[in-house]
Amino acid sequence: MTFKSLTLTAVMALATSAAFAEEVRVYNWSDYIDEELLAKFEEETGIKLIYDVFDSNEVLETKMLAGGSGYDVVVPTGTFLQRQIQAGAFQKLDMSKLPNHANMWDQIESRTAQYDPGNEYSINYMWGTTGLGVNVGKVKEVLGEDAPMNSMDLVFKPENMEKLAACGVHFLDAPTELIPAALKYLGENPDSHDPDVIEKVEPVLMGVRPYIQKFHSSEYINALANGDICVAVGWSGDILQARDRAAEADNGVEIEYHAFKQGSLMWFDQMAIPVDAPNPDAAHKFLNFIMDAQNMAAASNYVYYANGNKASQEFLVEDVIGDTAIYPDEETMQNLYTTSPYPAKVQRTVTRLWTKIKSGT
Amino acid sequence: MRRFFLIAIPYAWLTVLFLVPFAIVFKISLSDYAVSIPPYVPQFDWAEGIMAFIRELDFENFIFLTEDDLYWKAYLSSLKIAVTATFLTLCVGYPIAYGMARAPEEWRPTLMMLVILPFWTSFLIRVYAWMGILSNEGYLNQILLWTGIINEPLTILNTNTAVYIGIVYTYLPFMILPVYSALDRLDGSLIEAAEDLGCSRAQAFWLVTIPLSRPGIIAGCFLVFIPTLGEFVIPSLLGGSGTLMIGKVLWEEFFSNRDWPVASAVAVILLLILVIPIVLFQRNQQKQAEAEQ
Repeated sequence: MTFKSLTLTAVMALATSAAFAEEVRVYNWSDYIDEELLAKFEEETGIKLIYDVFDSNEVLETKMLAGGSGYDVVVPTGTFLQRQIQAGAFQKLDMSKLPNHANMWDQIESRTAQYDPGNEYSINYMWGTTGLGVNVGKVKEVLGEDAPMNSMDLVFKPENMEKLAACGVHFLDAPTELIPAALKYLGENPDSHDPDVIEKVEPVLMGVRPYIQKFHSSEYINALANGDICVAVGWSGDILQARDRAAEADNGVEIEYHAFKQGSLMWFDQMAIPVDAPNPDAAHKFLNFIMDAQNMAAASNYVYYANGNKASQEFLVEDVIGDTAIYPDEETMQNLYTTSPYPAKVQRTVTRLWTKIKSGT
Repeated sequence: MRRFFLIAIPYAWLTVLFLVPFAIVFKISLSDYAVSIPPYVPQFDWAEGIMAFIRELDFENFIFLTEDDLYWKAYLSSLKIAVTATFLTLCVGYPIAYGMARAPEEWRPTLMMLVILPFWTSFLIRVYAWMGILSNEGYLNQILLWTGIINEPLTILNTNTAVYIGIVYTYLPFMILPVYSALDRLDGSLIEAAEDLGCSRAQAFWLVTIPLSRPGIIAGCFLVFIPTLGEFVIPSLLGGSGTLMIGKVLWEEFFSNRDWPVASAVAVILLLILVIPIVLFQRNQQKQAEAEQ
């Protein structure tokens, strides 16, 4: 072996050992974990954890489809996960490295199998519903004592929205959630992929568009808590976080979360390992850590979302496990619906429609 | 040999930083959407050879752009915003440059420094600062309400007005610097001569100063117009949902529709729209250089 190839080997060995230096890069939703858990993971495993956040599935998906994101664990929602699996973005999980997988809840796994058949590529992190966040005092003041606080009428009937506009209404900036909701309101199949059916939501959403202050997917937490707005169509746990922030601030604002009585969308945020993850071993260790019953319970107790971990339930505080807004009762469960990813052509119709609705023209 | 290198370096620069990226984008614009990594086909495959690869490309995405009026509206609206904003920047920048050129010699380095100083702060932070100033509960409204000029807060943020304010503010130095350098070189005795020959001060300004600073005005306008046309950050942070600009449409094609081929086609057309003013700009620069020789 010549001197040159020796140095080359040495350099390569150095490079590989640098890559193996225990490190894991996690890309998760914003406001979605108890940060103490991150410190606990580093302490227990000695692996350096780099934690980044995003607030839209679209941004995550673009990184996944471009490849080489550099992340070891990412958290797409079920419908997005399904398409990314088809694209070959994820690696199959090595169950032998995930002893805590036994803690998972079969009821949730049977539902997530719709997106990830056999749950081979992902584990459930949290799940929740999309519904209504209301400022009880203000909504009653505007619409009277019998305001339809758990009904789609509250946000899709122009006569209600006209009155609510004065105190402020936010909608999620998520067409894949609002369009199914409007379809449900019309009595159509919320998971319809027929462009002609989807177009039917246009008059409904345009009818209330003038009264919507903003389309945004994270601002409503603070806006609700501060009393800047009185109604938000948002994600269950986020609205419950707003409820708690208002209670802590003791500012006289009382927030409630209601799933739509007509039926709410149920979604699942799944943890998966990208096919080109630099540290798949550390990624498995992270997933196993998260699936630990006590750790998962700590995360749910902090963010007010239900999780797919059966064993964690005994460690959940009553505020979480006992709240039907988080763990819905049987009747509400029956009412929940799920959706599947749009094909490319239909996606274009949906995006175009959403742009049109948001711009109000 | 030395001459060869002198010519080769700028061409190599152009090839690596412009032609190659353009070729990649152009190639994607001729591809088709697919559920894969990256999300389009065909991928180049040496085994099948380059001809098989080229056969699979087509102009379908460009035809698609002509079928939906969204794209033409977005290009036109971007052009309108870019032209208006460039004009406004000129109106604000010219007097400042003029004042700087007329200031005493020893002040000029300091004034120059003040123009450049905002670049020391991140562009994004400066745009965010405008959100704080322009919002309904922002500083501007508070001051106006306090002084009694208005009774109701003005809605500026999330409108086109806010976009114009943001663009004029951000691109002002690009207008001031070339205009200043043109005015700085202007021979003061020419204006004296005009006045001796019976021009009023205003006439001398219109007939002598403006024409002589024209190269600076043109350079400044291009430096503002070209980046403004494709601007994405300012309209998405300060503009409302009604602000239609091609930069935002491109973002949506790429992120929401995940249709890289159509997004690339939008980018190619944007580039073609920009090539015309860039060529005009180059020619102007060349003429100026020749005139100086």
